[in-house]
Amino acid sequence: MFEALGQRFTSIFSGLRGKVSQARLDQFSEEIKTALIESDVALEVANRFSAQLAEKFNQNSDEINISINPAQKIYELVNSQLVQTLGGATRRLKYAKNPPTVILLTGLQGAGKTTLAGKLAKYLKNDGNTPLLVAADLQRPNAVNQLKVVGESAGIAVFAPEVGNGAGDPVAVAKAGIKYAVDKVHNFVIVDTAGRTGIDDLLMKQIIDVRDAITPDEIFFVVDAMTGQDAAKTAKAFSDGVGFDAVVLTKLDGDARGGAALSIVEMTGKPIIFASTGEKISDFTLFHPDRMASRILGKGDIASLAEQAKSAIPEQAAQKLEEKFAKGEDFTFEDFLSQLEAMKNMGSMSKLMGLLPGTAGMKKQIENFDESELVRTRAIIESMTPLERNNPKVLNGSRRARIARGSGRAVSEINALVDRFGQAQKMMKQMRGGSMPMPMAGLGSPPKIAQSNVKSKKKSRSGNPAKRAIEEGN
Amino acid sequence: MSLFKRLFNAIKSGSVSDNEWEEIRVSLIESDLGVKLTDELINMAKTTKPADAKEAIMAEVKKWLSKDDRTIKFTPGRTNTILVVGVNGTGKTTSTAKLAFHLKSEKKTILLAAADTFRAAAVEQLQTWADRIGVEVVHGESNADPASVAFSAITKAKEDQIDYLVVDTAGRLHTKENLMQELGKVLRVIEKLSPVDEVLLVIDATTGQNGMNQARVFIEAVGVTGLIITKLDGSAKGGVGMAVEKEFGLPIKYMGSGEQISDLAPFDAERFIEGLLE
Repeated sequence: MFEALGQRFTSIFSGLRGKVSQARLDQFSEEIKTALIESDVALEVANRFSAQLAEKFNQNSDEINISINPAQKIYELVNSQLVQTLGGATRRLKYAKNPPTVILLTGLQGAGKTTLAGKLAKYLKNDGNTPLLVAADLQRPNAVNQLKVVGESAGIAVFAPEVGNGAGDPVAVAKAGIKYAVDKVHNFVIVDTAGRTGIDDLLMKQIIDVRDAITPDEIFFVVDAMTGQDAAKTAKAFSDGVGFDAVVLTKLDGDARGGAALSIVEMTGKPIIFASTGEKISDFTLFHPDRMASRILGKGDIASLAEQAKSAIPEQAAQKLEEKFAKGEDFTFEDFLSQLEAMKNMGSMSKLMGLLPGTAGMKKQIENFDESELVRTRAIIESMTPLERNNPKVLNGSRRARIARGSGRAVSEINALVDRFGQAQKMMKQMRGGSMPMPMAGLGSPPKIAQSNVKSKKKSRSGNPAKRAIEEGN
Repeated sequence: MSLFKRLFNAIKSGSVSDNEWEEIRVSLIESDLGVKLTDELINMAKTTKPADAKEAIMAEVKKWLSKDDRTIKFTPGRTNTILVVGVNGTGKTTSTAKLAFHLKSEKKTILLAAADTFRAAAVEQLQTWADRIGVEVVHGESNADPASVAFSAITKAKEDQIDYLVVDTAGRLHTKENLMQELGKVLRVIEKLSPVDEVLLVIDATTGQNGMNQARVFIEAVGVTGLIITKLDGSAKGGVGMAVEKEFGLPIKYMGSGEQISDLAPFDAERFIEGLLE
């Protein structure tokens, strides 16, 4: 998300050369304001943002003027304003003193509450908790069923005494759910409620009744990242009506402009706590304002990438590979296979690539990266004998033909993989003596993306200093 | 803004004050019409030097309206197929049910197809609606190939000489190319047996400028014939729907405005445009 905004920022920054006059700074704030409105940021919030930015420019005008690289200074100011508007520090989940910790989910219809309830539960479970899902959306046909299915597939207990479809009392269900959780010693309760508009007084009262009956520790407002100007109004209505503690953004994997995020935080003063980024139950992460700001401004999110790599690659395996490396042994297909395994644990390639800096312009290629390429590669390697895996040199024509039959791929594909592998091996040899091997090194990365990466780097080198500063991150 | 100031000075427009234009600009932007379109619209309205700004805006917006038929096409003597598409959470399943109810009230025979085999319990959701309306639903196993569900449905509809087959499809973010291809396959499978008469894109009124991207991609993938704007019962105005109508010449056919089966009304231009200006 935020690609449109990111691209606008990049083009605005690239227009800054050398000394920057006050008039240019004012114009710059105006341009940013328009870019924000175009990205669905509420008018009021966009106005405030650009006013605050102009104020920051004013306060720092001396520094901007004497700076050798004014663009860099301006970048820093915009970045800090963005982080501030996105909520500042990362908000973490609050635990109740006496479990269970009760979380109430609210939001408009179609924001993705039920799907999110499952993701949140799974997230908590992975952290060693014992969450319980409570089906208190008795409005939408088969919302209860949907939650049951979601819970079942994630291995999460679901409390659903009513079939829903318009019948039953959500207050009673929520209360009974808490009691059930206490009895069965669940340390988290997630209450899914019916979607409602901010101006439906009847439904608003219903959720207030649920809130008062169960006194949740956390109330989350779930909102679709594609929401437009209405986000500010609706968030305000929910904030004044039910009140909420934090925001959860859904459908961040689309090409949403994401302005809603800024609007809601600014209008309600409540931070974004989680973001849901895909259709899989594991596509769910803590929201970090600083990292998001960095992504908006085209610097990627290396911190998240590193975290994911660390959690996906077992320390032992990494160490083993490193030792092997140090001893001067060859990188083999066997090692490659274990790396593929680790990468699978890290999540989809397209998502990982999206975290790299400078990939804003490659959105489409990244989105359409063929994940099954990895599956095919695996099939080929798994069709090799241990001897072949450890000594790729023995791969003659008849062996290749056999592997092709075994993996159901064409011989040309086997040849291509072996060639790419040979190059990777060479690369690893050159890297030897350096630091730990990169998990991605063995993979013949998609040539198109690799090329455009190189190109964009070259461009920024020969281009103006402002743009270079932004892209290279000095 | 500078462009705007220049315009203020260049055109001393009728008796309408700058303040009033600015107020209109704010409402239009807040309706999600988009900044560019809003400014374009206001400039056009100003050139007419109107006495009443809102009337002038209404008149201009009406010029944008598509000339296409806003009713659901019907060819007697064969099954007419309607495909309902859109991103996740816009209200496709509810709209499918409402549309079936609406067509049934016109004394047509209806068959529903639950080709949303991805979202947990989506089939049951449509089934519950169908039971209320009293129409039949064809569905497959969970995670079945949606195209196979569509195939069974159109085969059955033709056999039973049904007037309308309404196909509910799985929500998909338009950025997922392989999912869009899957949708194209659903369309092609049906077309092999019978023409697809309508492809209705469901757009949530709360959607921002992303609605334009949604329209562009769905048009490319399955050739949309009209729009349904949902959730107009909230505070959102659905301005992006009008932007889509103008940009792609696609008529808004229906407006959804609530959780009841009857909360679907044919597009009312007057009411919709007034809403944008509120």
